[in-house]
Amino acid sequence: MAVAARPPRRLINRIAGRHPVGVAFAAPYMIFLVVIYAYPIILAIYMSFHDYFFAAPGAHVDRPFIGLDNYITAFEDPAFRRALFNVVVFLVINVPLTVGLALVLASALNTALPFRTFFRASYYLPYVTASVALIGVWLWLFNSDGLVNAIIGEAGPDPTWLVNRFWAMPIIALFATWKQLGFYVLVYLAALQNVPQELYDAAAVDGAGKLRSFQHVTVPGVRSATTLVIILATIVGANFFTEPYLLTGGGGPNGASISPVLLMYQEGIEQNKPGYAAAIGVILAIGVVVVSLVNRFLLERD
Amino acid sequence: MRGTKFVRTRAIVAIVTAFLFVAAACGGDEESVSEAQRSTGPIKIWYSNNPEEIEWGKQVVNAWNKEHPDEEVTGQEIPAGETSEEVIAAAITAGNTPCLVFNTAPAAVPQFDRAGGLVNLAEFEDGVSYIEERSGDRAAQYGYPEGEYNQMPWKANPVMIFYNKDLFKKAGLDPENPPLATYDEFLAASQALVDKGGVQAAIWPAPSSEFFQSWFDFYPMFIAQTGSGQLVEDGQAQFNNEDGVAVAEFWRQMYEEGLAQQETYNGDAFADQKSAMATVGPWAIAVYGEDIDWGVSPVPTQDGIAPEETYTFSDEKSIGMYTSCENQGTAWEFLKYATSEENDGLFLEISGQMPMRTDIIGTYSEYFEKNPEYEVFAEQAERTVEVPMVSGSIEMWQEFRNAYSASVIFREEDIQPAFDSAAETINGLVEEGS
Repeated sequence: MAVAARPPRRLINRIAGRHPVGVAFAAPYMIFLVVIYAYPIILAIYMSFHDYFFAAPGAHVDRPFIGLDNYITAFEDPAFRRALFNVVVFLVINVPLTVGLALVLASALNTALPFRTFFRASYYLPYVTASVALIGVWLWLFNSDGLVNAIIGEAGPDPTWLVNRFWAMPIIALFATWKQLGFYVLVYLAALQNVPQELYDAAAVDGAGKLRSFQHVTVPGVRSATTLVIILATIVGANFFTEPYLLTGGGGPNGASISPVLLMYQEGIEQNKPGYAAAIGVILAIGVVVVSLVNRFLLERD
Repeated sequence: MRGTKFVRTRAIVAIVTAFLFVAAACGGDEESVSEAQRSTGPIKIWYSNNPEEIEWGKQVVNAWNKEHPDEEVTGQEIPAGETSEEVIAAAITAGNTPCLVFNTAPAAVPQFDRAGGLVNLAEFEDGVSYIEERSGDRAAQYGYPEGEYNQMPWKANPVMIFYNKDLFKKAGLDPENPPLATYDEFLAASQALVDKGGVQAAIWPAPSSEFFQSWFDFYPMFIAQTGSGQLVEDGQAQFNNEDGVAVAEFWRQMYEEGLAQQETYNGDAFADQKSAMATVGPWAIAVYGEDIDWGVSPVPTQDGIAPEETYTFSDEKSIGMYTSCENQGTAWEFLKYATSEENDGLFLEISGQMPMRTDIIGTYSEYFEKNPEYEVFAEQAERTVEVPMVSGSIEMWQEFRNAYSASVIFREEDIQPAFDSAAETINGLVEEGS
């Protein structure tokens, strides 16, 4: 069978595809991506390989290429190693608690519960409230003369919660879990609308109680939402900053609750070592991508 | 198909590269320094955001503008930020600093200087003579050994121990002659205040890890103990010597015995009477004066020395002139105008803070007759010590603060090894920057 020769494609089609107008539609967002994401990421990678510091426009400054020095410094820095460890502590507490509590609460709120709207709004309230205001409340709760110590008396730890090396990180993780919970409850509530009622009916016919229904119908039914929640909670959790910055007075006690992003802020902004801060950022970004890919692989495989 | 993809990839790379070049080219051109220094015209200035300094700033700017309609000065508060230093550093990078900032911290000057943000005031014909005549011998602490002045020393808040007389009385301590001269006396008085004065802490310096917090606990006492020593001298850290360790051991005992608190107080512990003492400058009189019956005492030393021989930290703020300023001639004239004897007097009257000029008490005798409570701070202002002017100053202070937090506030390490280790790192930083 003879094949007709294809006419030569015009340059514009070779660059922009068969429908160049599509590029025009996509261009605003592409420009947004390049300016807001791509350029800073490329600049951050560039900075991380240089002895970079911020300088006035036009100032003649020397920012020599230093290879992997910033990365080596990061892995030798006890503060950064502590920050990475804290991310692990944070995620170990935050992610399972978030998934478990959000799913249980969403299931409860999905039933014909009295005051359901009130409860839905209540769980969502911390999510939309400014962290600074909420941290003020938590400080009042966990200070040495705060409400928690007033209730439990001598059973409180010494030194008290937020200046205790052991307790500072768990309290930060609990705070973040509580604050973000409303959002993840909403994600699960949306996912629950897609679980067919027939499955629950069939499970009931088979003699499954509420717990078994939850285990064998609800949990598998919202699996894609669980993947999303775990990946989002991991990304958000690995970037925690406000909590150690405000709740534990800048990553205290003595750096016990430092986070990578807080360390980036201290090194990059306070001490004008943005090259080193950028290296921390690059390591963190790679770490988060790897963990998210592993999560996705584990959660989405059949 | 592969060819199309290749062309498309090349086009994208070209766009991104072009974008990066445009971004890099936005650096702007550099104006000749000497030309800018002669240039006159409108300028902008920033001043601090406390009500007293705003009031002073407005009065001085208005008075100048009446006399110099062609060289109008626009004043505004420093934009809000975590610290003024961060805001100024960001403005330097963005190239939109005002001509003058009346709140430049000496510790940040080496950093601003490295960033190419500051004008060397010694390059003005009368720059060195004006600064040194106004501030006397203390001016030397604000310049580089090569004779550069990248800041104009402006005003000091010499740090002293401010105390609540009512709480001292309640604790059975003499409020007129408080026993606070030696470390033993200070510890005993602190114990009495916590036991009988009804306070949570005798004194509550911020226990947080910011680099500047050591200026209000360790550093004033180190200066007093060493008789005017600096944290770093001749390129070598000094705080790990006998005097430094003595000061650290004193504070460690304060924390260990619960006389100072490891927790950050959410508010003002002294104003709320949760603590009976505070390390502050004369600004405190205006802030606490109406509500608290207060007294003031020099910072203690190990064995006690006469108040008239006690040195302390200056808590000084300078005026910086920034390189983005196009009319530096006007900026220099306004700087001199704002720090003239008359306007320094106005500043003292409005804020109670001490202008960095010689013989304040003699120059403003009328003011001190009317306000005798400020005289003790004015006397102390003659004996102040600044942070060392070394490259990497902020990094150095952070390194010290980390060692201090670990060994003194939270007692996780021994003082001497922690200080030795920090001293070694700091010596390296100073050597690297020199």
